[in-house]
Amino acid sequence: MSSPSDTKRDAAKDLAPSQLRTAGSFLLSRVQQIGIFIALVVIILLFQGLTGGRLLTAGNVANIIVQNSYILILAIGMVMIIIAGHIDLSVGSVAAFVGAATGVMIVQWGWPWWAGILVGILLGAIVGAWQGFWVAVVGIPAFIVTLAGMLIFRGLTQITLGNTQITPFPTEYRQLGGGYLFPQLFPASTSPAEWITVGLGVLTLVLFVSSQLRGRAKRTKLGVEGEPAWWFWTRTGFGILLIVLITYLLGLAEGSRGTPIVLVVLGVLVVAYTVVMTRTRFGRHIYAVGGNRHAADLSGIRSKRIDFMLFVNMGILAALAGIVFAGRLNSAGPGAGNLFELDAIAAAFIGGAAVQGGIGTVIGAITGGLIMGVLNNGMSLMGVSTDYQQFIKGLVLLLAVAFDVYNKRRARSLG
Amino acid sequence: MTAILEMRGITKEFPGVKALSDVNLTVERGEVHAICGENGAGKSTLMKVLSGVYPHGTYEGEIVYEAEPVAFHSINDSERSGIVIIHQELALSPHLSLAENIFLGNERVGRGGLIDWHETNVEAQKLLARVGLGDNPAVKANEVGVGKQQLVEIAKALSKDVKLLILDEPTAALNDDDSAHLLDLIRHLKGQGITSIIISHKLNEIKAIADKVTVIRDGRTIETLDLVHDDVSEDRIIKGMVGRDLESRYPERTPSIGDEVLRIEDWRVHHPTEADRVIIHDANLTVRAGEVVGIAGLMGAGRTELAMSVFGRSYGSRITGRAFIHGKEADLRSVPAAIAAGLAYATEDRKAYGLNLIEDIKRNISAAALRKLVKGGLVDGDEETIVAEGYRKSMRIKTPNVGAVVGKLSGGNQQKVVLSKWLFTDPEVLILDEPTRGIDVGAKYEIYTIINQLVADGKAVVVISSELPELLGICDRIYTLSEGRITGEFPIAEATPEALMQRMTQEKESDHVLAQ
Repeated sequence: MSSPSDTKRDAAKDLAPSQLRTAGSFLLSRVQQIGIFIALVVIILLFQGLTGGRLLTAGNVANIIVQNSYILILAIGMVMIIIAGHIDLSVGSVAAFVGAATGVMIVQWGWPWWAGILVGILLGAIVGAWQGFWVAVVGIPAFIVTLAGMLIFRGLTQITLGNTQITPFPTEYRQLGGGYLFPQLFPASTSPAEWITVGLGVLTLVLFVSSQLRGRAKRTKLGVEGEPAWWFWTRTGFGILLIVLITYLLGLAEGSRGTPIVLVVLGVLVVAYTVVMTRTRFGRHIYAVGGNRHAADLSGIRSKRIDFMLFVNMGILAALAGIVFAGRLNSAGPGAGNLFELDAIAAAFIGGAAVQGGIGTVIGAITGGLIMGVLNNGMSLMGVSTDYQQFIKGLVLLLAVAFDVYNKRRARSLG
Repeated sequence: MTAILEMRGITKEFPGVKALSDVNLTVERGEVHAICGENGAGKSTLMKVLSGVYPHGTYEGEIVYEAEPVAFHSINDSERSGIVIIHQELALSPHLSLAENIFLGNERVGRGGLIDWHETNVEAQKLLARVGLGDNPAVKANEVGVGKQQLVEIAKALSKDVKLLILDEPTAALNDDDSAHLLDLIRHLKGQGITSIIISHKLNEIKAIADKVTVIRDGRTIETLDLVHDDVSEDRIIKGMVGRDLESRYPERTPSIGDEVLRIEDWRVHHPTEADRVIIHDANLTVRAGEVVGIAGLMGAGRTELAMSVFGRSYGSRITGRAFIHGKEADLRSVPAAIAAGLAYATEDRKAYGLNLIEDIKRNISAAALRKLVKGGLVDGDEETIVAEGYRKSMRIKTPNVGAVVGKLSGGNQQKVVLSKWLFTDPEVLILDEPTRGIDVGAKYEIYTIINQLVADGKAVVVISSELPELLGICDRIYTLSEGRITGEFPIAEATPEALMQRMTQEKESDHVLAQ
């Protein structure tokens, strides 16, 4: 490990090189977690260069968020299902079905928009309970249950719509998919800055930094801090930079339209589900079941109940994705949500989820989804045809999982 | 008679373990030769050396077969020479027909390279007849019972022109009728000039069928006894199997035994899928506070099945009987209920059933009692680290911190993580199934020390073990289990290896004799 120059310095000062070595091995141990973020940054910088700066403009950043929001919502539920060792192929069809059902309720039956959305989400939960029943109670592999679900709910979508499209939706319904946070309050003509976005950005920044600092202070006080200070500050600094950059692009840069409503929804979901996965018994039991189902059962964890809840949760998120998508297109069609499941699954795997289950994070899946989204968006800006886009996305998925497998093998040979 | 097989000076080492050292075995042509020994003595390893599972060059020593030195590199090599091994776990493909199974990998091929189904079925019919089966060879393997499957395995061996047949625990999964039938067949094959090596725990079977028995202990050949010419008793064989000194490999403990904690009455368990098969017959058992109770039994006696059926019915079906904790009837209908009632069960197979190998130490320790770490609906990760650190220090888990992934730890450290997990549930009774399996000697001593500490704290501990010296070294009282029945109960003062082994190998028939 130590080069001749290292040894010299060793003689001079004992601490520095060994610290460097610890830092190196610490980083190496985190490669799996941080690799995905580095990949996202590299891809963003790459396309920023290739498109001559058109990627990171106010309008385009908002576009990337809105265009990928429904995939990201699905990816949250999907990564949880994958961690438990299952898969869900039906989410695209379920999203389409709920979109269609809300269309019928709101547009054809004239229900208020909020009632339509609430019943739509309830419908998603019922669909999830249906699939959870077959997986958890009857014991049919999720692959089969959700493959059937993919057909069943695509069929129900078409039956519900009678093979027509439902359009237009009321303005309120469309806000979730394409709306911004009240730009009319501070129109760009009267103010150079979008104050709501800036306010939200500052609020997020304060919450983020204070929670990081409080966590570290508590761990230090209890004597359980395992993270080197330099790494804590690098990580926190990176987070601050990210929040500032997004706030600037959405609120202050030229052509900014403010905060997409769906970004707020996504932000809340990411934080809430990260807490669920890391800090609740439900979340921790999901990892336990995915890591070793037998051991989980013998530890008194009710794995079947976990399976059932996971599918109910996925149904709810698929319903939300369907509503966002229908709102964005301002229509509910029979082909909506086609192949969404594959994008969501790809996002989870690119984000580091393990095919065998037991490993994965919400933030990883979101990052994986954003990598796909930035790839799509960047290539579109460059005028790459969709055929090539498919080809390249396929390669990225394969390489990401190959990297993951390689990492694990390396980790095993080290241990 | 001439020797068909001579194995001379066989030594086989695995990393850190000498499984066989200087083993010698001579088998005469046309005899039935039994090999006896405790679990882990090296019987199966020896047979794997013989059949080429461990290829020539990975062991030391010489194998002379049919008067020529041989060097088998795979099972195919040994089978070509007429040595066929039938493993304890049957290797039939369940959805293929009997005929297809018999000729699997050895298909009857006609002109044009296609399988000749007519010949396959006709030949299969003849082979089945040789082992006394009149079944249609087109029947699927999973449609016949375990006993017949064992016979089909032998028919498969016959199809390969077997000269030396090796049977590893052939009757372990069979009922009495099927066992008797199988033994008849081995005798019958002997009449046709086929030599057999039979590995068995069942001494009465060995007495009934074998011409000679070779005893293996701790990877060494102890002796070969002639059952035909000499009058060899079962006790004589047992003495050879267990006759090793009890060294001071066990920490001292002064027992301080309190009130009864766990009592099981008339506990009867049926097989999980074959609901007619009784696995545990009306077991009665008590465990007191501060007491280490051993359960001794050979492989397949039902030790793990008994423990798991008590631990929240995690094994078996149609379980009847009553369980009492501190004299009150306990609800043990599910694993969470059993844990809540104060039971803990550390499995014999840590990797498959005990640990989440891809997760770190602290999350494995907290897995069974996560609720204790919840504050305001959220798991307190810092508290979790503190708890895990506490166990890391008190159990001496050798790792720098509790964030280490469990899959990378040694067997001894993994076992300490399992024990920590169960201690964190604050149990009254800990059932430890093979707590020192796959653990080196030093770590074993530490595990025994932990067990002593547990009973000193007033817990009750049940230890299931295949190693009699271990049970004799750490227990206050030992139950013997044979074929799903509790056949004896020994205070430690009255327990000797011979007495235990006699009860552990006791069969149902002799049970009746005793009762009369």
